[in-house]
Amino acid sequence: MSFPGHYTYWVTIFLMIAGLYIVIARGNLVKKLIGLGIFQTSVYLLYIAPGKLIGGTAPILAASFHTYSNPLPHVLILTAIVVGVATLALGLAIVVRIREAYDTIEEDEILEKDRAEEAEE
Amino acid sequence: MMRDLVLRVLGKLLIPFVLLFALYVQFHGDFGPGGGFQAGVITAAAVIFYAIIFGLPAARRFAPDRIVESMIAAGVLIFGGVGVFGILMGGNYLDYFVLAHDTVHGQERGIFWVEVGVALTVSGVMTKVFYQFAERRRVVDEA
Amino acid sequence: MIADHLPALQVVVPLLAAPLMMLVRRGTFAWLVAVAVSWTTLAIAFALAVKVREVGVISYAMGNWPPPWGIEYRVDALNSFVLVLVSLVASVVAPYARTSVAAELPRDQHYLVFTMFSLCLAGLLGITITGDAFNLFVFLEISSLSTYVLIALGRNRRALLAAYQYLVLGTIGATFYIIGVGLLYLMTGTLNLADMAQRLRDVHEMRPVLAALAFITAGVGLKLALFPLHFWLPNAYAYAPSAITSFLAASATKVSVYVLLRYYFLIFGVPLVFGRLPMAEVLIGLSVLAVVSASLVAVFQRDLKRMFAYSSVAQIGYITMGMGLANKAGMTGAVVHLFNHGITKGAIFLLLGGVALRVGSTSLERVAGLAKTMPLTSFGIVLGGMSLIGVPGTAGFISKWYLVLGAIEHGYWGLAVLLVVSSLIAVAYVWRFVEVAYFREPEPGAARLAEAPGSMLIPAWIMVAACVYFGLDTSLPLDGARAAAALLLGGAP
Repeated sequence: MSFPGHYTYWVTIFLMIAGLYIVIARGNLVKKLIGLGIFQTSVYLLYIAPGKLIGGTAPILAASFHTYSNPLPHVLILTAIVVGVATLALGLAIVVRIREAYDTIEEDEILEKDRAEEAEE
Repeated sequence: MMRDLVLRVLGKLLIPFVLLFALYVQFHGDFGPGGGFQAGVITAAAVIFYAIIFGLPAARRFAPDRIVESMIAAGVLIFGGVGVFGILMGGNYLDYFVLAHDTVHGQERGIFWVEVGVALTVSGVMTKVFYQFAERRRVVDEA
Repeated sequence: MIADHLPALQVVVPLLAAPLMMLVRRGTFAWLVAVAVSWTTLAIAFALAVKVREVGVISYAMGNWPPPWGIEYRVDALNSFVLVLVSLVASVVAPYARTSVAAELPRDQHYLVFTMFSLCLAGLLGITITGDAFNLFVFLEISSLSTYVLIALGRNRRALLAAYQYLVLGTIGATFYIIGVGLLYLMTGTLNLADMAQRLRDVHEMRPVLAALAFITAGVGLKLALFPLHFWLPNAYAYAPSAITSFLAASATKVSVYVLLRYYFLIFGVPLVFGRLPMAEVLIGLSVLAVVSASLVAVFQRDLKRMFAYSSVAQIGYITMGMGLANKAGMTGAVVHLFNHGITKGAIFLLLGGVALRVGSTSLERVAGLAKTMPLTSFGIVLGGMSLIGVPGTAGFISKWYLVLGAIEHGYWGLAVLLVVSSLIAVAYVWRFVEVAYFREPEPGAARLAEAPGSMLIPAWIMVAACVYFGLDTSLPLDGARAAAALLLGGAP
């Protein structure tokens, strides 16, 4: 258990917590999505980093190479990235419509408008 | 629409090569880095590039919404169709081994068509997402 | 020939129907396809359930890559039960949706609703049937993304914020889930669930496995609205289009419960989850809080959709309580409540869709005297409410009966008493509807209201009838639930 030996995990954990913090602490809906993106990115690193072998080549069979990097995490994360892009696009689309409906993208202002509307009823 | 002459000329020069490069990435995906996803994104990038320089209406004439939406659906259908074809040929769903007499050739053929489907859907989705966001700005400005 | 490919077709049929609807772009065509597709999936689910009874486990190798290398679809007693529930709900909601969607949404969005409905169905069935941890994540996101779209389509602008909040929380949940899977993959080197269960036994004691358990519990807990992770649910259910609310309430959270059941009992195993870790106490504690607090909150809601949404949080609490008991009666109660609550809540939300259509709102003040103007709808909601309370003769009674048995078997007498007392809180909120609908005079203008159209009333009453039927003739769901419970408890080493 050495600190430098596990540095990829430390980076992963830092990104994970930073992303989650932004999602929780920011009231701006776009910033929240950015935080969500950072949070998801940390997972990409969690999967990709252990797949790499130092001195390993691309997994193509050839006589002179014996150590290969694990290709499976790359495939998985490619899928996860696509999912992340789709989530981000949908999230931004909803934010655009929220902006059109409420004229703001600050969460507390939106909730205030909702409360005002409820009080009128 | 931008009036900058340099951009317009360069855009006209570059866009055909961008599209050509997309095709290269698509078909070279069998042997090197590349494949349907990347090719689809590059194709969509060409359309987006065109729209930024020559304006959204011009891009919509080049790639109409109707066709872009159909591409999204058609790509998924091609991908799924390859899978169903595997069943029809007597294998499992998405079974490429049975697509040709030789299993290796079958794998190649299956992946080829799947990548075609992926490229269609990805370029369709990317273009459509761009259209939707770009058009929305005008809706807000007008309102 | 087709019979061998049923596990793949279960997911592929709705998955490929979605782009087809998008290509044709006609609301009526999309609706017809959605009905045909959901009925097909129901037939496939039944065929699979029958076959599972004969052979035990069906394994299907995607692309003919043998497991554990390729993606395996694996049907057993537990997930065949959930498949039937999800496709059953879909096949009742799909015919209903046409009138409801036509009344609530603009015409050019109709085909999109059914496209998303189909995708969501494919996602939910995929989560249930797949035997691969990462494939499960992909289907989870397919169903979630289409759910966010469907919720955002709601008429009220608050639907947008509800969809946004669900998107953020749902994505965090799904990401937690893949962090957990990533840790398990690092420890075992496999993504196939059955293979993973085997290999985990060697590395049981290691910390990453415990971390994985924590991440998966939190992630899936968010998706299934486990108290206190339920904040997205009431708004999402209240503002989504009516047909969508009933589909989601009846199936989406149930599928997440299934995922948690699978991970706890068949992958991590009872000795780790309930022996070494105090998950039983945690689950039962949270469930008790969920049942009591969510039921109490439901009593004070002014809107019927929100009231029954909070009631859903409470009812999910009953399911997780049965899970925490981890004995035969408790598990049977949990699995059968999965089914019973699915059809009960489905029925109630379908009927509320009719109320929303005719009255224009589901707030309690507006439905005064509803029993006079819409007698069938009101009576259906009352029957559904009775099933939520657990009145003998309704489906809800059976599940509560088994949960009480499970609690007593465990020696938790207090919990058994609490189960009965908490049902009284359910009486309180159902009574609020009864009082307003039956004992108040309708508002002067409301006298002209007609009963909901037959295309909506008939599917809704099929669900209500199912609530009563499965309360009287309990053999069908109970046999399935018993088999599933036996598999879950027997699967532990």
